[in-house]
Amino acid sequence: MSSETRVAIERETDIVTARQNGRELAAACGFSSTDQTLIALAISELARNIVVYAERGEVVMSTALGDRRGIEIIARDQGPGIQDVELALRDGYSTTKSLGLGLPGARRVMDEFEIDSAPGKGTTITIRKWVR
Amino acid sequence: MPIPILKQGDILVASIVAALTDRDLLQLKDELSDKIGRLRARGVVIDVTALDVLDSFATRMLRGIAHTAKLRGAEAVIVGIQPDVAFAMVQLGLSLDGVETALDLEEGLAHVRRVTQRSRRVQ
Repeated sequence: MSSETRVAIERETDIVTARQNGRELAAACGFSSTDQTLIALAISELARNIVVYAERGEVVMSTALGDRRGIEIIARDQGPGIQDVELALRDGYSTTKSLGLGLPGARRVMDEFEIDSAPGKGTTITIRKWVR
Repeated sequence: MPIPILKQGDILVASIVAALTDRDLLQLKDELSDKIGRLRARGVVIDVTALDVLDSFATRMLRGIAHTAKLRGAEAVIVGIQPDVAFAMVQLGLSLDGVETALDLEEGLAHVRRVTQRSRRVQ
């Protein structure tokens, strides 16, 4: 398996593909099975957000991060963007009927979390986790 | 892939496969609710042993399925949540509050039998 994978997210079955590819990549990179599960979970949450809010987008996963062993996941879409990023990162906040744990949860289980979003401009979320 | 529902006596057993999609879960909810009535089931066991991830959507759906089964008069229990999956759920802040869980299928069946027998004795 190469060190980079790109999964187009257009329908809900793509969520499964993304998290399975992510787990394989994380396993090949040397993450423990517990960390693989956390990474797969974070990917699942980000990919679902794309399907629910933006309809289409992509998830790009890479383990080619220079000297440090780790995984980077970029979830990108051209959707409506997030009105209030701070609010969206708060536990339990949701504009749909979800639990509102996806985004804050994904941030909690990863080591690094960056979000770039503006109304009408789409959303790009980058998460990273390092092998310990 | 639709989730198969097997009947063991008056208990329905649904074994979830690894690549679980949102649609599969929605379908399971409808089918279980329907089958509880049609087959007069007293209990429902949902086996998630094969699942390597339970995300926020799946958790919400499982809770919904268990509560729906309860409202339809069947005792529901979720079995087989793997250690890593449980740990990840806790990290994310996901819980199955108000839903019965058991270690594996055997424990789940035993739990359902216990509860349904007790309710029969009361009648």
